[in-house]
Amino acid sequence: MSRPNPSLIWWRRRREWTIESLLCLAAVSSVLITAGIVGILMVESARFFQVVSLGDFLTDTMWTPLFEPPRYGIMSLLSGTLVTTAVALAVAMPAGTIIAAYLSEFAPHRVRECVKPVLELLSAVPTVVFGYFALLFVAPLLQKIMPNLPTFNMLSAGIVMGIMIIPYISSLSEDAMRAVPMILREGAYGLGANRVITVFRVVFPAAFSGIVASYVLAISRAIGETMIVAIAAGQQPNLTLNPTEPAATVTAFIVQVCLGDLPHDSIGYKSIFAAGFTLFLMTLGFNIIGHLMRRRFREAY
Amino acid sequence: MEVSRLRRKCAHPWFQLRQLFGVNTPRLRRIVAKRWLEDVLFSLAGAVCTLIGLVTLGALFYNLMHDGLHRLDWSLLASFPSRFAERAGVLSAWVGSLLIMLVTTLSAIPLGVAAGVYLEEYGKKNWRTTLIELNIANLAGVPSIIYGLMALGLFVYMLGLGRSILAGGLTLACLILPIIIVATREALRSIPQEIREAAYGMGASKWQVIWHHLLPYSTGGISTGIIIGLSRAIGETAPLITIGALTFIAFLPFNSASELVTLRWLDNQFTVLPIQMFNWVSRPGVEFQANAAAAGLLLIAITLSMNAVAIVVRYRMRKRIKW
Repeated sequence: MSRPNPSLIWWRRRREWTIESLLCLAAVSSVLITAGIVGILMVESARFFQVVSLGDFLTDTMWTPLFEPPRYGIMSLLSGTLVTTAVALAVAMPAGTIIAAYLSEFAPHRVRECVKPVLELLSAVPTVVFGYFALLFVAPLLQKIMPNLPTFNMLSAGIVMGIMIIPYISSLSEDAMRAVPMILREGAYGLGANRVITVFRVVFPAAFSGIVASYVLAISRAIGETMIVAIAAGQQPNLTLNPTEPAATVTAFIVQVCLGDLPHDSIGYKSIFAAGFTLFLMTLGFNIIGHLMRRRFREAY
Repeated sequence: MEVSRLRRKCAHPWFQLRQLFGVNTPRLRRIVAKRWLEDVLFSLAGAVCTLIGLVTLGALFYNLMHDGLHRLDWSLLASFPSRFAERAGVLSAWVGSLLIMLVTTLSAIPLGVAAGVYLEEYGKKNWRTTLIELNIANLAGVPSIIYGLMALGLFVYMLGLGRSILAGGLTLACLILPIIIVATREALRSIPQEIREAAYGMGASKWQVIWHHLLPYSTGGISTGIIIGLSRAIGETAPLITIGALTFIAFLPFNSASELVTLRWLDNQFTVLPIQMFNWVSRPGVEFQANAAAAGLLLIAITLSMNAVAIVVRYRMRKRIKW
């Protein structure tokens, strides 16, 4: 037996080491993106809060950073985000959960295999197309039922957004429900339960963590959704909880500002970062809540 | 009633059971019927909810077709935007989308696959990899417009890339990076450990195992993730608006094939298909809405066919490879 050439081994070790370092750099890049997001948002928001006090930001009832006199009350943007998100969830949570239960417990195998990918196409449609649909199809449809409804309104934007996020809920919840072991269901059937009771008393509690995680994901999607609300919900900040009114959301405001050509150092430019930071904190909060809920309610089988 | 018949009836096992447990057959039947009805009603509700989703998808198609199909022709693809709706087209938009996708693909795929390979094959279970994993899970939940703000501050101003194709492509690359990383990891995880051990047993180094075995075997899963990611990127509007993509561009980023090769176009301003559509939606007038619908049809056709390809790839891989 001949011994391998020592220099060959050296080269090989060196190559392995180089490759591992390069791959590690790639993995670290994802942390850099987060650092970039947090860093940029914090720096620019800090510059914003040098001009505007945090108290004004949180308590003022008007948001007019581009007009005279400028007012910076984020609440009037947040109310838009809140209302559209609430409408979307009112559509998506019941529908998504029922679809998930139906596909996982009731539907024949072939129906599930066909329906699931098609439903997932709903979330693959570009959101700008959904915006078009909300403004030019759903809003006129709603106007036939409610003649006083303005063309731009949060209701139609919210409904379309809700339909868009149905697949997020249905497909994640269905995975969670299917992961519930068959033995639990058989136990319920053995006690004389029918499918509905099995779903509500056995499968739901057992899959609770996954279902909540899907809700949280859906909420954070709805909060961050931009194009549907920018197109269909109107672009005027409006402190209201009435979904039939037009109102701008946080995201719609950012888009509106960016469409104009703002100078780099203007307060309008800084205000979009303050608004974005608020948005980021909200979605981060929901992500953390989802994470904690999942840990707390995780049942091991 | 005769005594003997009564005695026979009482001796029957059903009667005794009923006496013993107080079971009332008609009541039992009613309960069974009610439970059955519950099942039927719930599965009807499920079917109706599913149909709502499918009908919406259908209505969306119908609406776009009805409004925009007559505008969808070669002249739409071959002309620049214009003040006159019937002469306006999406030439600069689709070329912009294509170039942005080129930058995104070339930067996101190597980075994402490399990161996925590192986390799955090299990463030891310590606080650093846990941090990276948590971070990726979090990144997947960050709204796309936040990526746009990050890119506006970082790429456009701090790194001085300007509102260029390069900046736009990198923004979308950041956006789809988590999708590609997660897909890569899942594809690698589904390869059984024996494959790795067999290769190590033949004297392969770690990288040789990855390059010669793991990556080829996980191509299907990885490419599904990449296609899904790219189809998401091509429909993204908000982050590109945020970094300042223009809505009206009446020129191409390059004038000749040689300029395409020299990569000078990376510094040029751009617009993309979804932004062009957004611009047309925001304008009053039915003619521009028809243009928007036509652009929407194009977009939907692109994204849905990419998703269809991903589904087919996934299905075929699942059929072909059974560990």
